[in-house]
Amino acid sequence: MKSIDFREIDGGLPFYMLVGFIGVFVLAALGAAYYMEHNGHWVTGMSNQIIWGTPHVFAVFLIVAASGALNVASVSSVFNKTAYKPLARLSGLLAITLLVGGLAVLVLDLGRPDRLIVAMTYYNFKSIFAWNIILYIGFMGVVAVYLWMMMERKMNRFTRAAGMGAFIWRLILTTGTGSIFGFLVARQGYDAAIMAPMFVVMSFSFGLAIFILVLMALYKWSDRPLGDAILFRLKNLLGVFVAAVMYFVLAYHLTNLYGTENHGVEHFILLDGGIYTQLFWIVQLGLGSLLPLILLYSPGPGTNRAWIGFSCLLVIIGGLAQMYVIIIGGQAYPMEMFPGKEVTSTFFDGVVADYTPSLPEFVLGLGGVALALAATVVGTRVLRFLPASLADDQVDPHHTPAKAG
Amino acid sequence: MSAEQGIDIYRRRFLGNAAKASAGLALAPGIMLTELGHAKPADEAVTGQVRWGMLIDSNKCAEGCNDCVQACNDEHGLTGFDRPATDAQWIRKVKLKDRQTGHTQTLPLLCQHCEHPPCVDVCPTGASFKREDGIVLVDKHICIGCRYCMMACPYKARSFIHETLQDQMPYAPRGKGTVESCTFCVHRVDDDRTPACVEACTAENHNALVFGDMHDPSSQISQELERHSSQQIRADLQLNTGVRYRGI
Amino acid sequence: MINYGLKILLLGLLLGAAVPASAGGSLLPVIPEAQARVSETQGCVEPVDDMRKNHMEYILHQRDETVHEGIRTQQHSLVECINCHVSDAPDAPRVSSEEHFCNSCHTYAAVRIDCFQCHADRPVSTAQKLSQPGGGESLLLSADRQPAPVSGGQTQ
Repeated sequence: MKSIDFREIDGGLPFYMLVGFIGVFVLAALGAAYYMEHNGHWVTGMSNQIIWGTPHVFAVFLIVAASGALNVASVSSVFNKTAYKPLARLSGLLAITLLVGGLAVLVLDLGRPDRLIVAMTYYNFKSIFAWNIILYIGFMGVVAVYLWMMMERKMNRFTRAAGMGAFIWRLILTTGTGSIFGFLVARQGYDAAIMAPMFVVMSFSFGLAIFILVLMALYKWSDRPLGDAILFRLKNLLGVFVAAVMYFVLAYHLTNLYGTENHGVEHFILLDGGIYTQLFWIVQLGLGSLLPLILLYSPGPGTNRAWIGFSCLLVIIGGLAQMYVIIIGGQAYPMEMFPGKEVTSTFFDGVVADYTPSLPEFVLGLGGVALALAATVVGTRVLRFLPASLADDQVDPHHTPAKAG
Repeated sequence: MSAEQGIDIYRRRFLGNAAKASAGLALAPGIMLTELGHAKPADEAVTGQVRWGMLIDSNKCAEGCNDCVQACNDEHGLTGFDRPATDAQWIRKVKLKDRQTGHTQTLPLLCQHCEHPPCVDVCPTGASFKREDGIVLVDKHICIGCRYCMMACPYKARSFIHETLQDQMPYAPRGKGTVESCTFCVHRVDDDRTPACVEACTAENHNALVFGDMHDPSSQISQELERHSSQQIRADLQLNTGVRYRGI
Repeated sequence: MINYGLKILLLGLLLGAAVPASAGGSLLPVIPEAQARVSETQGCVEPVDDMRKNHMEYILHQRDETVHEGIRTQQHSLVECINCHVSDAPDAPRVSSEEHFCNSCHTYAAVRIDCFQCHADRPVSTAQKLSQPGGGESLLLSADRQPAPVSGGQTQ
């Protein structure tokens, strides 16, 4: 197998303009975070009823996607698919940057972000949150080591072991992220063992969608060839993951629908939850799952770059909607403290909670995305993450010249 | 120090003996008194010998009465900002109406001070903790304001402070960016008094709230719990709450 | 070279003159008097030098004991510090002003304090007066837990 030529992307004006443009969003997010922290959270849409809002939707999405972005590297190192090997470095970089973006949003939304050191030094090991802090920081270290093994020729023989370690670590990490919700007995929408594996499969789907988009964008803008061979493999894989997520969503809802005790929350999400119902059916399932599946596997759009990119975008939007329905919809539905009774109080018991995303929350969440993208672009400029060419003959040594069409 | 401690010891022994004597007269000989849980000296740590609990009789709770809520708000300086969605509430009156039968009732709902609190389990820094004597508290010095405990609480007992505060009550420190909930008036309990809500309800002669040591078989609450049936809210979660209800 | 050195010297003199001018002649913090003394020989519950250097240690240790174990001794209680060091006059300085006891030094030392985001910065008696009539009674510890007129030999 010929060795792959990795090269940094070019600097110059276009690079600085891109980073500058993304940087504006990062700065706006910092401003939003300061505004929320200085005035207190009453300026946001979050309340004592909707405790976690839009920032958490973005943060959890980014963290889940981060673990999934490492998939491509895992497939190459752990499952030994040589075609993916050139992509492994970018996969590792994206995993770290997406995680950093998600964590930044999470930390900046804390009531006391100045107490981050406290969070790192006082641990309650029964809390899955505490474990997640360790898992997230450790993940960055593990992937950094993995990247080092890949990028330094002398260490290449350890790549497989490092890749295996990173793979197992991210499965545990995503299980931990799903368990944040799965471990909560209090709310009908959460308390379910399926949350953990569902989040793992969601990570496959969202991470790969973001990876494909970033790959296509970077190669287009740095004028490097990206062959169909590798791109089509990736998009076919994405279709499999999107279908897998649909399966888990189906299993989750069908199980809930069987037992009478969960009929309340199911009725809410699936039928009369207003925005949550619309997001679930139209955006999550329709736009985010069914439409991309059709597009990715049909002969026309499935081989057209623009349509592939569009499908990835749909998956991402569907993923955000899914997070919104899970996180916010799950909180909006009132807790069942007195089954069979109508409950009213001055503290919004027994009623569906109101929530409108506020601008500072949205800007903060978007800033996390921007931070991840900015870090990725800077990373590819500074170090050799991107192969100079991903044309078909570079990627697949057994490649024969493509047939027409 | 000697003078102050001397008075404490003498007073404690006197009270203890007086209580034992009168209790011995009043109660059946077979009951053995445990060491009284009251009058803990200020320099002694709380122990698990005591478990504080509350019994709420919904039958005695009048709709439209807000004495307990008002007392709690006054005691802790819980002035609202006219923003009900984000204002803190440590105790609230809940009105229940049975969908099938139409029967209505009200009861106060507060932190249940569970024996196995989900809020304590999920707190990443350990700020949400349970004291040895059963009172569940937030150590606001190490609370980072992540609000995970609020997600986890099955009773929606916790509130997040959404704005900068001023003029807090000295014995109820509370500040922006941390989470809080009913403390069973721990500053009063440590001083051998009852929570403000219980005091207010008793003062107005509704007597719907009883507070006491559930490990002490001679306390009023233990006797009532033994004599009459009582329930926990969401008993199926097996949290063994410190707050029990009659009539639900 | 001489020109350059002269400019630096002039700059230094100007700055040096400006500082006392802005501080009204005093470079050290003006610390308000406390309401009482522990004894004739000792002002605070610990010797002043010890307090200046280590008050944070005492406060941190005490807070863990009070919050987690219910130990409410008076000696290092933050509430008692404020009761003694801040006057209960209605116009007593708040912690946001440089005239508040804690802030007088902390502004000088440029160390931001976090305590009063949660803790009351004025004494219990002020809170009593501010709250509704009759509601203030509950704020005082009961009589047998009030500190005895503090004598020099107290150790906790």
